[in-house]
Amino acid sequence: MISELLPESIAAFLPDTIQLIYLIATAFFIRGLKLLNSPATARKGNQLAAIGMLIGVVVTLFDQQIVSFELIVAGVVIGGLIGLVLAKKVEMTAMPELVAVFNGFGGAASALVAWGEFARTTDVLGFEATVLVTTGLSIFIGAITFTGSFVAFGKLKGFISGNAITFPGLNFINIGSMIGVLVLIGIFTYDPTNMTIFWVIMGVSLLIGITSVIPIGGADMPVVISLLNSYSGIAASMAGFVLGNNLLIVSGALVGAAGLILTQIMCKAMNRSLFNVIFGSFGGDGGSSGGGGATGDKSVNETSAEDLAIQIAYASKVVIVPGYGLAVAQAQHVVKEVATKLEQKGVQVKYGIHPVAGRMPGHMNVLLAEADVPYDLLYDMDQINPEFASTDVVMIIGANDVVNPMAKTSPGSPIYGMPILDVDEAKRTVVFKRSLSVGYAGIDNPLFYEQKNQMFFGDAKKSLQALNEALNEV
Amino acid sequence: MSVLIFSLFIFVLACFIGFELISKVPPTLHTPLMSGANAISGITIVGALIVAGSLGEEMGKWIGFAAIILATINVVGGFMVTDRMLEMFKKKEDDK
Repeated sequence: MISELLPESIAAFLPDTIQLIYLIATAFFIRGLKLLNSPATARKGNQLAAIGMLIGVVVTLFDQQIVSFELIVAGVVIGGLIGLVLAKKVEMTAMPELVAVFNGFGGAASALVAWGEFARTTDVLGFEATVLVTTGLSIFIGAITFTGSFVAFGKLKGFISGNAITFPGLNFINIGSMIGVLVLIGIFTYDPTNMTIFWVIMGVSLLIGITSVIPIGGADMPVVISLLNSYSGIAASMAGFVLGNNLLIVSGALVGAAGLILTQIMCKAMNRSLFNVIFGSFGGDGGSSGGGGATGDKSVNETSAEDLAIQIAYASKVVIVPGYGLAVAQAQHVVKEVATKLEQKGVQVKYGIHPVAGRMPGHMNVLLAEADVPYDLLYDMDQINPEFASTDVVMIIGANDVVNPMAKTSPGSPIYGMPILDVDEAKRTVVFKRSLSVGYAGIDNPLFYEQKNQMFFGDAKKSLQALNEALNEV
Repeated sequence: MSVLIFSLFIFVLACFIGFELISKVPPTLHTPLMSGANAISGITIVGALIVAGSLGEEMGKWIGFAAIILATINVVGGFMVTDRMLEMFKKKEDDK
């Protein structure tokens, strides 16, 4: 052990010193999370949290329980390399999938810590009841996080159907199994030598992770991952109770609570309750009745690159509303070029970002940041909505449902009540879109047929490139 | 005060701090915050180190080894990808 290298006089104080340094690591986490609240300080916040983690890991190596380092070095090197490659290689558009994978690993690690602690002990009867309960809970929550995150990953990636896969009674089966596992954990506490119960706890928990995420629709996956992130925090905390380690207990609780709040904020942005997300598939498909229908007899105004270039070049204020379609077309860089040209012509350009634009909340901001768009030009829904009345042209690129006025006007529509960007208050709107087809919610968008709206048909990237060229001529 | 009660105290207090810390985060930062918090939950690596490095049954140590790998992926990957995202967030004045 490393502590043998220290003089005896110092080694005597080691256990307390380790605890005190854990306290410092915790302070780094708290300060880091706090700084993550503002774009100006967020990077520093993340770095502080990483330093806290490093401190925690290094000081743990001095723990007098640790006697061999072969597995530790090998594990850290292997895991570190895999993490490094994944973090460097990932495309920004694939961020939701990566977060899901990392989260699944975190949950699995906590379950393994509890299991490993149980498995390395020969005298399980010597365990206190509280240790056995928290061992069971770590495995329960960690296993759900693990399989749940990978189902979410599969749904985001398209391996598993993004539709809500469910059958009547599935929610009851899930709730019943969860209660069942909790009862088994109670029995396990009385008889920790009964390995059958142990395996059933683990197996059923793994299954619950699958069956509780499968019925949730693909669009809700970010909320699910955020919730699972909260679980992985709680699982780490439970592992902390197993080991009697305060650093794990506190940090896990911080993440657990933060994840829960973040989940709530995201639900609010999507106008769903958490209950509705988790049990939403309860009474069938929740109604896809509204909308659709007679589009044939309505006419739209079309525009061209040259025409639009003149409109925006002589406008005083232009707002760009980007949606997921923009990310799919990888058009964020061309958007930035168009915006720069407009700014050079003295046009005020702002971006209006709906909270659920992109594939996860906040995703569009990351994608635009990647294209070097400064974040102070990105406006949240509440900030940009009062500005539309004074806007000359709104360019809606690859977004649909988030600007659909039916969310306000048509109580029968599935998106009714969802907060939207009030683009119809602007003097003119231009929608970049391949066709008049429906958006994710599967409903028609009356905005397209408005007198002051123009459609710019075609692939978002090609259309923007044409617009960018045309701007040179103006 | 027993160890369990003491631990419960700090667990509950830490939960409240977590609620307070995140409640006012702007939508711009939702994605990085999610991946950053996720990286912090990799703190379980500390537990994994103890399990893999301590005396005991071989089986338990190998389980701890697996836990180290997964937790390290979560920690290293999580912090790095969050940094990559946040590095791109620039203010207008910083533009070259």
